[in-house]
Amino acid sequence: MTDGAGTGENDKLTPGSDIVQELTIEELRAKYGSGLTISSEDNMLLSMGPQHPSTHGVLRLLVELDGETVVNLAPDIGFLHTGIEKTMESKTYTKALVMTDRMDYLAPLSNNLGYIMAVEKLLDVEPPPRAQVIRLILTELTRIASHLVWLGTHALDIAAMTVFLYTFREREYLLDIFEMCAGQRMMASYFRPGGLWRDVPEEFEPAVRKFLEFFPAKIADYEALLTRNPIFLDRTKGIGSISAEDAIAWGLTGPSLRGSGVDWDIRKATPYLGYEEYDFNVPLGSTGDIYDRYWCRMLEMRESLSLVEQALNRLPDGPVTIDDWKIVPPPRSELGRSMEAVIHHFKIWTEGFRAPEGSVFQRIESPRGEFGCYLRGDGTSKPARVHFRTPSFVNLASLPILGKDVFVADLVAIIGSIDIVLGEIDR
Amino acid sequence: MNDTTPDPDAFYSKVNQAFPEAIEDVIDFRGERTLVIRQEFLREICLFLRDDEDLLCNFLEDIVADDMLPEYPRFAVNYHVYSIPNKQQLRLRVPVDDPDDGPETVASVWPIASWLEMEVWDLMGITFKGNDQLRRLFLPEDWQGHPLRKDYPLGYEEVQFSFNWEVIDAKKPYAKD
Repeated sequence: MTDGAGTGENDKLTPGSDIVQELTIEELRAKYGSGLTISSEDNMLLSMGPQHPSTHGVLRLLVELDGETVVNLAPDIGFLHTGIEKTMESKTYTKALVMTDRMDYLAPLSNNLGYIMAVEKLLDVEPPPRAQVIRLILTELTRIASHLVWLGTHALDIAAMTVFLYTFREREYLLDIFEMCAGQRMMASYFRPGGLWRDVPEEFEPAVRKFLEFFPAKIADYEALLTRNPIFLDRTKGIGSISAEDAIAWGLTGPSLRGSGVDWDIRKATPYLGYEEYDFNVPLGSTGDIYDRYWCRMLEMRESLSLVEQALNRLPDGPVTIDDWKIVPPPRSELGRSMEAVIHHFKIWTEGFRAPEGSVFQRIESPRGEFGCYLRGDGTSKPARVHFRTPSFVNLASLPILGKDVFVADLVAIIGSIDIVLGEIDR
Repeated sequence: MNDTTPDPDAFYSKVNQAFPEAIEDVIDFRGERTLVIRQEFLREICLFLRDDEDLLCNFLEDIVADDMLPEYPRFAVNYHVYSIPNKQQLRLRVPVDDPDDGPETVASVWPIASWLEMEVWDLMGITFKGNDQLRRLFLPEDWQGHPLRKDYPLGYEEVQFSFNWEVIDAKKPYAKD
């Protein structure tokens, strides 16, 4: 189940030795201070992770155990920290885009959207309607794809193996759609400042329509495996509950917040991409336990399907980028006959565009909750400061609250239910 | 694009009424309102924003630190405050002269603040008075410096592995004990 018992036998290694330096248990206690105090001498301190499948990436949890019950726990993160925010300060606005894909690698298009909308807000440009609708379709499909991975791994955590195989089969279909548009299955970087990289291909609409046709039956399949499964209910009902007040105070967002019955969805509260023109519901839970969070996400997938269908039905014709060569590179066909196009092409790929001075904050509803992008421009072609408010990072902070006084096995289920992605926690 | 427009004057007039000398500046940019406030009033204003029955800012979205080098004051901490009942947002901006003498923690107002302040301290090195949990979150425990500061080098440094530890150790002051 877990690896590395807390025996305190790892002596601190001197720098220069060829073994990775580890802290002793005593040092860990000192380091986490009030976050992790051993309340009884009989309790055991256990290091869970970082290399453990049920921690969904490289998350390490320091767990204080009384028998099999979690008394206290402290998350230890940073194993995937790559300094994305710092690196972005040295790239132009367009080049920095590719790093947003790598944060939440299960919902790259949502990250693209949050960042690109912040850049567009800073530049004060608005993409054409067709680009908006395609963005909406793709981010909603991303939401489904992300929820599919969550569902599969969450069920796998509580020993329901079959669901995993089914959800990854359907996710593969969605990844094919992303590849069709962007040329990449996952790291799409498809949304660009001022619109899209290019228009969607002809096969896009039939492929999405086919998905809309067969996917509802697949959701019914997953539900047949889980929703009324007595083992699943035993493992999820009444476990890991959090009240609405606590959920807000601890900054939970997304389905993890709505599972507690708080009606807050950014798509409804501060609509972007024209969400206010669409007809959809925000599924809410009531008790805030694992099952409610599960149920919210299952219903959200159906709502996303309905959103995609509505968007496809109204998909307008027209350009997918704005007509400003200062921001959008000129089309290839222009390069052979227009000197201005050549100049713009050269300028945009060497220097990039300059954004005005000022700070903006753009929030969107990513599959995991509120994804916020803070961007400060200083008049140059590179951002002076980029900061991401990533939902997984903030949601993880409430894990010590959710995971108190539960069994270790339930702790694994709780980690699955708040749906964290370590790439965007550490970024 | 102004999808997060706050009610233009509700926040400002209320806060200005309650704390007449706290607000240094009001910035409106792209439909977002920023109140630049003085450091010592931060916690009271946050409590006021949370508990006032019209404003009800019950949700702290994010804390972001800015390094404005070479400007003075050099640092600024931005608090993105949101009111879920009113669906309104506000940014509080607190200029910080000395990162070792930073603003007071707002963890007593919103518990999540403690976690977010830890990130700010780890990457930008701004301390928060009263937060005793400031520790390395992303970086290793023995890391020196705060990488998001503008005077922190971005790359172009030799990476320290076990086989070249001594060589780099001789050049870098902080790798030694």
